[in-house]
Amino acid sequence: MAVENLDRIICEHPVFHGLGDQPCLLISGCAKNVRFEKGEYLCREGESADWFYLLRAGSVALEMAAPAKGVLTFQSLHEGELVGVSWLLPPYRWGYDARATERVRAVAMDARCLRAKIEDDHELGFQLMMRFTPILVERLHGTRLQLLDVYAPAARA
Amino acid sequence: MGGMAVAEGHGPARVVDRGGLDALIATLRAEGWRTIGPTVRDGAIVHDDIAGIADLPEGVGDEQEGGHYRLVERGDAALFGYAVGPQSWKRFLHPPTLTLFRARRTADGFAIEDGDGTPAPTAFFGVRACELAAIAVQDRTLRDGAFADPHYTARRDNAFLVVVNCGSPAGTCFCASMDTGPRAEAGHDLALTEILDDAGQRFVLEIGSARGAAIADRLDARPASDGDLAGARAVTDAAAGRMGRHMDTTGIKDLLQGNPEHPRWAEVASRCLACANCTMVCPTCFCTSVSDVNDLTGETAERHRRWDSCFTLDFSYLPGGSVRTSTEARYRQWMTHKLAHWIDQFGVSGCVGCGRCITWCPVGIDITEEVAAIRGDGT
Amino acid sequence: MTVPATFAARTAPAGATAADPMRPMPLAVLASRQETHDVVTLDIARPPGLDGAAFAPGQFNMLYVFGVGEVAISLSGDPGDPGPLRHTVRGVGAVSRAIVGLGPGGTIGVRGPFGSAWPMAEAEGRDVVVVAGGLGLAPLRPALYRLMATRERYRRVILLYGTRSPADILFGEELGTWRDRGLEVEVTIDHAAGAWDGNVGVVTRLIPRVAFDAGDAIGLVCGPEVMMRFTLDALVERGIDPSRLYLSAERNMKCAVAQCGHCQFGPDFVCKDGPVFRHDRVRHRLTVREI
Repeated sequence: MAVENLDRIICEHPVFHGLGDQPCLLISGCAKNVRFEKGEYLCREGESADWFYLLRAGSVALEMAAPAKGVLTFQSLHEGELVGVSWLLPPYRWGYDARATERVRAVAMDARCLRAKIEDDHELGFQLMMRFTPILVERLHGTRLQLLDVYAPAARA
Repeated sequence: MGGMAVAEGHGPARVVDRGGLDALIATLRAEGWRTIGPTVRDGAIVHDDIAGIADLPEGVGDEQEGGHYRLVERGDAALFGYAVGPQSWKRFLHPPTLTLFRARRTADGFAIEDGDGTPAPTAFFGVRACELAAIAVQDRTLRDGAFADPHYTARRDNAFLVVVNCGSPAGTCFCASMDTGPRAEAGHDLALTEILDDAGQRFVLEIGSARGAAIADRLDARPASDGDLAGARAVTDAAAGRMGRHMDTTGIKDLLQGNPEHPRWAEVASRCLACANCTMVCPTCFCTSVSDVNDLTGETAERHRRWDSCFTLDFSYLPGGSVRTSTEARYRQWMTHKLAHWIDQFGVSGCVGCGRCITWCPVGIDITEEVAAIRGDGT
Repeated sequence: MTVPATFAARTAPAGATAADPMRPMPLAVLASRQETHDVVTLDIARPPGLDGAAFAPGQFNMLYVFGVGEVAISLSGDPGDPGPLRHTVRGVGAVSRAIVGLGPGGTIGVRGPFGSAWPMAEAEGRDVVVVAGGLGLAPLRPALYRLMATRERYRRVILLYGTRSPADILFGEELGTWRDRGLEVEVTIDHAAGAWDGNVGVVTRLIPRVAFDAGDAIGLVCGPEVMMRFTLDALVERGIDPSRLYLSAERNMKCAVAQCGHCQFGPDFVCKDGPVFRHDRVRHRLTVREI
């Protein structure tokens, strides 16, 4: 089986765009290739946020289940996107489920490994935060727009 | 507004006395024009049917200020010694209520039938220059655009305009600032200037149209001398120098369109009651709304049109609510439209400087003062 | 294409000399199709003697219900179709609910078409990015039909469609056929429930997922005003100049002929200068509150 050049893959992934060869090499030590079949979960609500994922192919639904409401999907993520942000901050637990809606290929990053490297190397930490923060802001912004429920019909007078 | 007034090609000016003026009204009526002119009613100058000069407000003057209107006794025989009252000729050309059409159920649906027709030809007697300008402004909106309002057009075509040039401007007048008066230059059928001095009371009569000439030719009138014309010019020149208000219109379009968030809007809104008086008395405001009524049997329906005002909460209603809910937004809309957007829409200012909005505002908001405040001069 | 003259009955009232733009023409309702739980498409008989194009994409008619009232409704059908005139309506007030309640055999008063049109000529030779939100897909559908009918005149044609929930997807069965006719179609919803495995998220998230030449593309946007604001911002951010972006605005309308004053949006009358506006003209107004 051909060994894929992980640090190359990480460097070229949109999430870590422009990171630089040295940092890519550093963090690739925390990475491995994974795949999920359609219907499999990448993260489960309440579980320890031990791994996060850079999607290389396929789509993922972020969802929560509620009694009598079934499963509520609030966001789709696709190729080139980051799945999982709760690993960044204590208590390092997933807030919701992430389910593959088709076959997914991804780079899995070991959260503990990466948190240790960030502790040791604050410059690396800064570079990574500069990449995660825009993603968080974009998600927050989009979520707020979803929250506004702009397509809801006007309240009846 | 320089140059001697000569109605090009419609005949020389004449002079009539009181008897001649009376004859003018009688002639108009005899020719089939319902004649409406200024009268005194309920303490105001009100447009109503007139049969002769006896119906005119002789010796009446007016006192106008922000939120203040009083008629006063002049102590002379002037027939036109006042400025404008609360009404404008808009009431006749663009009526406050109108039935647009009737609908009648039929076997296979419904049919549309005529609404209100056109009233009899009407002479407007005593149109001031600012009002003449206002009619020209409304022509652009209601008659000369891509779609003509047939009700306005018919009434406009059937209106004979007898202008009276102003000699007694009021405290809220600023036609000179808006370049609309006190002297009418064009658009009238006839124009009168009252001269009341030691030589007596007479009216210089200028001809503005062929049909104006036809009426004037029926009168017993002597030709106006250069002295008469100079005397008439002196009356309006003096009036131009006695304006109660002034508005600097330099760059006003950019000033208002560029300042939608000026703090003055909030300030004026704290005084404004959104009562819509200003839009009702304004001679160029044209906004209307429609309503649908049925009879009890449900067999016939009518669609009515009535005056509306951008100051009403529902004016900008969309499902869910109105766009302009605050008084601030509504005042801003009215004033910016009147003085700025109108220029983009119709090529002229919507304001003719008649001062009615100042006089008839219950709290005396003064549009000239608001402009100055946004410009940042004084106040 | 030239915008066709208003076809509404123009007979003058008694004594008047000018034709009457406020007079509706009673026409038959031929069909009524339930699109979603609260949205209906009405097919109205074409006025007699009207051949050729009855409207330009983006225009609207004023629809009158006997004794109830009148409301502005965008034409939502194919401008190249010689058949009935299609209007897609959501019942949100007394008049629109009455319109939704009309069925085949009913009669409705029509005045129009009014307003400005989507810039089909400017779109030729370019990538066309159409972003629709909610009911905004209805006024855009005529433009999409035109794009499909003359597909070879345009480069990439992309439809990004966002709506509230799967149940609110308009023209759902048609979307698939549009892909067959050369459109790239992506759909997303804000609130998913039940069996939906498609995209979930705000419609602007679809923009990075489609390829187009932002330096030369034309954008057509229609939907709730908030959605149009954030979508136009995202398209500008992607590199489309505001002078190549178009939106369709909505304001209260009573006359549709720029004489009642209600539809004013800054110095523009939405009925006459709009409803389709070029973004660079109205951009600063979109963020002024209550304008």
